[in-house]
Amino acid sequence: MAASLLHRGLEVGGNIFFALSLKRSDPQVKRSSSETLLLQFFMKKTGSQIIIESLKKEGVDLIFNYPGGAVLPLFDELQGAPFRQVLVRHEQAAVHAADGYARATGKVGVVIVTSGPGATNTVTGIATAFMDSIPIVVMTGQVPTLLIGNDAFQEADIIGITRPCTKHNYLVKDIKDLARILKEAFYVARSGRPGPVLIDLPKDTLVNSTEFKYPEKVFIRGYQPTYEGHLGQIQRAVKLILKSKKPVLYVGGGIISSNASKELTLFSEKLGIPVTMTLMGLGSFPGNHPLSLGMLGMHGTYWANMTVMESDLLIAIGSRFDDRVTGKIEAFAPQAKIIHIDIDPTSISKNVRVDLPIVGDCKRILSKILPLFDEEDISSFKAGLDKWHRQIEKFKAIHNMDYDQKEIIKPQYVIEKIYELTKGDAIISTEVGQNQMWTAQYFPFLKPRTLLTSGGLGTMGYGLPAAMGAQAAYPSKLVIDISGDGSFQMNSQELATVVQYQMPVKVVILNNGYLGMVRQWQEFFYGKKYASSCLEGTSPDFVKLAEAYGAVGFRANKPEEVIPILKKAFSIPEPVIIDFVVDPEENVYPMVPAGEPLNQMRLV
Amino acid sequence: MLLHPLTWSFGIMRHVITLLVENEFGVLTRIAGLFSGRGFNIESLCVAETLDPTVSTMTIVTRGDDQILEQVLKQLNKLIPVIKVVDLIEKDFVEREMVLVKVSATPETREEILRVVDIFRGKVIDVGAKTYTIEVTGDEKKINALLALLKPLGIKELVRTGRVAMIRGSKITTEPGS
Repeated sequence: MAASLLHRGLEVGGNIFFALSLKRSDPQVKRSSSETLLLQFFMKKTGSQIIIESLKKEGVDLIFNYPGGAVLPLFDELQGAPFRQVLVRHEQAAVHAADGYARATGKVGVVIVTSGPGATNTVTGIATAFMDSIPIVVMTGQVPTLLIGNDAFQEADIIGITRPCTKHNYLVKDIKDLARILKEAFYVARSGRPGPVLIDLPKDTLVNSTEFKYPEKVFIRGYQPTYEGHLGQIQRAVKLILKSKKPVLYVGGGIISSNASKELTLFSEKLGIPVTMTLMGLGSFPGNHPLSLGMLGMHGTYWANMTVMESDLLIAIGSRFDDRVTGKIEAFAPQAKIIHIDIDPTSISKNVRVDLPIVGDCKRILSKILPLFDEEDISSFKAGLDKWHRQIEKFKAIHNMDYDQKEIIKPQYVIEKIYELTKGDAIISTEVGQNQMWTAQYFPFLKPRTLLTSGGLGTMGYGLPAAMGAQAAYPSKLVIDISGDGSFQMNSQELATVVQYQMPVKVVILNNGYLGMVRQWQEFFYGKKYASSCLEGTSPDFVKLAEAYGAVGFRANKPEEVIPILKKAFSIPEPVIIDFVVDPEENVYPMVPAGEPLNQMRLV
Repeated sequence: MLLHPLTWSFGIMRHVITLLVENEFGVLTRIAGLFSGRGFNIESLCVAETLDPTVSTMTIVTRGDDQILEQVLKQLNKLIPVIKVVDLIEKDFVEREMVLVKVSATPETREEILRVVDIFRGKVIDVGAKTYTIEVTGDEKKINALLALLKPLGIKELVRTGRVAMIRGSKITTEPGS
């Protein structure tokens, strides 16, 4: 056995001395598994090697990175490691890409960048993921422990900077904690209400060695998320629902992060309760379903907002009563009792007083609540909803989503055609502003994890890197970034990345020559004074820009060009940028002005 | 709810919050950040290790609107290094604070100072040519009453420890599982 140990020791570069000194007669040492275990335990690995091994254990298959001085020891090990790696052109994009990957797959996105500017460049990406509860782990280099606090070259207190925008963050002060911290970081990122976790890695912890043993389990006494909903509360919810005459489901991103779409659909169909979604919730319920009301809120559909305002029971699941959803909070759903299902207790009764809170995982709670209706008489309940459904139909008749396609391309038309050509089978990312709202309104998302959009933070420049993340996860899927001429330029350097890795991302630029949403607000609320919002004549030629990067560029000026150009773009297995020259002053309707009640909508 | 006698009765309530936290760097900043981010003033703060050296207790006294405070308590609970949060104002509890006061001591006032110190069961712990340094322990009311008496005699300097608090009776605040 000693010989076999010696052999293995040599093979894996371990401690030969230990192997030789093992006593044959040692009863604790059995062959095979315990032998390997012991070897593993006594083998010293550098911090960088520990990170690689830990990432393997976590099942990581893709890393978005950007190197620099402080993380070079880690990059040295990454070369040849069994992960696909994407070198971005700006650290912000690395985080958005990992975020897009996480949204599209449900797995944890991973980012590795260097200290100082590398770390501070990730902040917008981290804050974006934090606001939308997206699981990512960001590893930043840091100056050696002894230099921390000395204003060393490329030093930034990234722990201090990201404390309010991460779910948790760690500074590795002792290499012995490294494996535990990595294990915890992935666990914290993906469990409970997911979110970004940052690990700051001083250069010495990457270089020094210690014994490596990856923890099997995580136990954090201060962090025990509640998954199972309280049964008593669930039973009370059933009673409240059966008593209601005008119920509506108001669902958000929580349905998607807990993979509860199936349960939600069953629930809604079983009881005939209509569903309205937040921006983050789009795709959690099929957008073309007869019970779907589409999105609610500031740019939601008229009928969704009216339904909520007239309802007598609001069943909020995995949503958080954001101000863009509720409008004037005191006037929100005035007659409704509110049931709120959410995994995060801090979301409950934060903005709106809730009548019946249930803390837990959406999927598990929906699975628990469904069978409870089998014991109840739901046929009379459903029959009682007929009047409610008729009322909703009336709301639809008052105002339907529409636009007038004349000689100049309407942005909504482009989005509708994308939906028709793809039949909804595509992953869509958006930037932020009008492009994002039109996408939410005119592309009925059919499946969860097909819309990648920065909902909470509203980060322009999110769409292209997020599309990269999704495309890297699903190389053969059609991934489209619906963009504006403003947002696109916030991360257009990533064209180099998509070309380098031959990611066939399609970027659809709805080019109106303005920062459109800003211009719209200025038109409505600031006397049409278009301060700093006009880009006309200042943007680059996007077709030439695409070509300069080695991508394909198209331009469409007329409505009849839209379909052929989209078809052509979708058929090319390369990155394509399409510059749609659209109506410069088209507005997003309907709109609830900020701070107004939801039923005070501007319809045209 | 048992209203503490010191509770201010106009909407904004005084809260005494006990926290059990991991004894590690950065925890205090995370907690302070939750208060400062909402414009809450921490009136007093006291942190020290417990019997278990991996755990620290924190006692925070703050005033705030009930709904916002409920949100802060939830947010505190959400912090990963925070093991337990108890708002003592909902319970029957004892609290103490220690104060060191440097009072100017003239031949005319010496007698009076010593009398006050005696009544408040304090101690004179340092004597200078023109000053006494006094140590007194008590709840907020007692300390305030003492200071009101000493003020006309001439307080030169004053340091308070901040409050520590504990539930009355055999119930244990700091037991992680309780």
